[in-house]
Amino acid sequence: MLSVVALTAFSNASAEGLEPFVPKAKGEQCVEPTQVMRERHWEFILHQRDETMYKGIRTTRHSLKNCLECHVQPDEEGRFPRSSETTHFCTSCHVFAGIRVDCFECHADRPHEAYGAIPRHSRLSLNDLFRRRPIQ
Amino acid sequence: MSIASVRYATLDAGRSYWGLLAVLAGMTLVGLAGFLHLEHEGHWITGMNNQVVWGIPHVFAVFLIVAASGALNVASIASVFGQVTYKPLARLSGLLAAGLLIGGLAILVLDLGRPDRLIVAMTYYNFKSIFAWNIFLYTGLLAVIALYMFVLFQPAFARWTRAAGILALLWRLVLTTGTGAIFGFLVARQGYDAAIMAPLFIIMSFSFGTAVFMLVLTAAGRGSGRVLGDALLFRLKNLLAIFVSAVLYFVLAYHITNLYATEHHGYEAFILNFESLYSKLFWIGQVGFGSLVPLALFYAPRTRTCRISTHVGAGLVILGGLIQMYVIIIGGQAYPLVLFPGMEESSSFYDGVIASYVPSIWEFLLGFTGVAIGLIVVVAGLGALGILPEDLSDPKPAS
Amino acid sequence: MSLDLTRREFLQGAGAAGALTLAPGVFLYAKDPEVPVTDAVRWGLLVDTRLCQEDCDACVEACNEEHNLEDLGRPETDAQWIRKLTVRDPLGGRTISLPMMCQHCENPPCVDVCPTGASFRRIDGIVLVDKHTCIGCRYCMMACPYKARSFIHENLTEQLPHAPRGKGCVESCTMCVHKVDAGENTTACAEACHKDGHQAILFGDLNDPDSEISKRIREFGATQIRADLGLNTGVRYQNL
Ligand code: SF4
Ligand code: SF4
Repeated sequence: MLSVVALTAFSNASAEGLEPFVPKAKGEQCVEPTQVMRERHWEFILHQRDETMYKGIRTTRHSLKNCLECHVQPDEEGRFPRSSETTHFCTSCHVFAGIRVDCFECHADRPHEAYGAIPRHSRLSLNDLFRRRPIQ
Repeated sequence: MSIASVRYATLDAGRSYWGLLAVLAGMTLVGLAGFLHLEHEGHWITGMNNQVVWGIPHVFAVFLIVAASGALNVASIASVFGQVTYKPLARLSGLLAAGLLIGGLAILVLDLGRPDRLIVAMTYYNFKSIFAWNIFLYTGLLAVIALYMFVLFQPAFARWTRAAGILALLWRLVLTTGTGAIFGFLVARQGYDAAIMAPLFIIMSFSFGTAVFMLVLTAAGRGSGRVLGDALLFRLKNLLAIFVSAVLYFVLAYHITNLYATEHHGYEAFILNFESLYSKLFWIGQVGFGSLVPLALFYAPRTRTCRISTHVGAGLVILGGLIQMYVIIIGGQAYPLVLFPGMEESSSFYDGVIASYVPSIWEFLLGFTGVAIGLIVVVAGLGALGILPEDLSDPKPAS
Repeated sequence: MSLDLTRREFLQGAGAAGALTLAPGVFLYAKDPEVPVTDAVRWGLLVDTRLCQEDCDACVEACNEEHNLEDLGRPETDAQWIRKLTVRDPLGGRTISLPMMCQHCENPPCVDVCPTGASFRRIDGIVLVDKHTCIGCRYCMMACPYKARSFIHENLTEQLPHAPRGKGCVESCTMCVHKVDAGENTTACAEACHKDGHQAILFGDLNDPDSEISKRIREFGATQIRADLGLNTGVRYQNL
């Protein structure tokens, strides 16, 4: 309900030339058309959330993680905005629309690369293939 | 006062009435401010930790919920077992039960890690969880009480009183069993793995609920200038004395069965050996001041007919009840889980040691908030509805 | 991210069916991220306590780093997904050391008691908390016989993309589900233990009779901690 109200506010605002500041994204093209995303992004994310949580489906198309990979980009000094700042992609719109989200109380608010050189997911370990227990 | 002639009246909403409500509302507001702080900071500011995950809020909440069930004693005795003397008090019994239950539930909700997800708690159910069942049992009891009160208030439905009373009685017995089962189902915890938990909780509810009822009845009578008859008060006192003895008996049975099983000796020593804090609370608080002293007051020839001793006794039963909850809930968690029976365990995560728990002001605030909310319900109810009979004095001997 | 893709592409290129034959009789199960998990596998860990060194906590450190479990200097409330447990037999004084974590029970008490169903057992045997529906009641912590769970007592801000965690929810060992789903076939703890040369932790598929973990269990036997509770744990121990 809230979101409907906010959406209306959003379109009206656009009509009047009032728009939230939308930070630039990395890629050329979003995974869905902009209008579809504006109207339904939470459905996609919510759906993907349960798919990932319960079925282990980790395709990136509609995952929150993937949104951040493109939409949260560093400023000139190479600093990534945090979700508490209005320069953050999600926050900029959500502040504008007046809808509080709690995603980032738990989820990382920056893309992978913001974490520097922490090697993650980088090793293909064959630990239980080539390992033999020394038998005494 | 014969049944036909019982007339009920609301409390006069005078200065003291509004004053009391204001004080209770103030307590609630202070408590809610504490809650906001707690919810903002997270639970690290409390004494609760990864070892003792349920603390003072749960002591208060479980006490209130258990007492709520027991507060319906008077209603049950009046409507189900047809005891005429108690009939005029059935309305108060129902109102008090509702108040205590709402207070207890409020604490449970306010203590959640994510109280903002209350809607999740009410829309996602795991029907295997006794906790989820209890959510139904608690809200259901409120509905049952509402029904029962409705029937009491409508002379046209008078013939349904007994049926509604039976429903309420059965419901609360199941509810208290369910509350006891929250602990009884925790098979891995040394202190809880006992079938006797459920009946113990039922009898505890009788005792705590009756004690609270007596004090609230007296206070309401006092505050509204109604004089409570000796006969009525001492009747309630005799009932309470039986319940207190029964609780003692069940506690004894619980520990003796546990002592029979060698695997529980560690926990039993922990509670019984008078060395740990919990053991001292058990003997001095629960058994001594919470049971034996009230029993002495209730039965000793010099005090048995003294109104003040009766009230002191009821107060001690409540205090002892809170201590008993503390020993069960906190003591049961402080005692370490046994992963390797017969072995000594140690780790960075407090394996093999008695966990420490120092309650914080924030937890007490939550507890008091629950009590205040419960009392607001009761006081507001007394002011708005004809709950209390106009005359609480003993009936004149039949002439 | 890009590394992620590279590895997946590598796997897909090498074995289109998702199972990569590395040596005769040895299969690497590589999960296709599009395909839901199945109960054909049951992930588990095998700990050989004789190989576990008392003064080593490489597994603990690796877990803390993998999920960014920060040390906030409050040991009573800080999260611990895995801990080193020292067990001493008072008779004779034999001491063993072992990593203790969520045992990924097949009949998990934490799941049974959870009022909202937030605690759940994924079909491939990994027990998780859906932090989107966890209300933070902590009943699961009361119910877990292994003290495997931690409640998050404060606001967190430095979560990693693959390890969402936050205030007011309960969490525990996820058996590195993000690695498992990415087909890495290991956990941070097993990897660290291996790297340190102790090789006390072995990750694998308990359902596959040809997996190393199954073979070792078949050959040398393995015990469940508190087997009396009948939980059929996914983490097994040898030489207890
Ligand atoms: S070890 Fe504890 S947290 Fe893990 S599945 Fe079993 S009961 Fe649940
Ligand atoms: S704390 Fe969360 S996961 Fe644990 S029982 Fe409560 S709702 Fe379920």
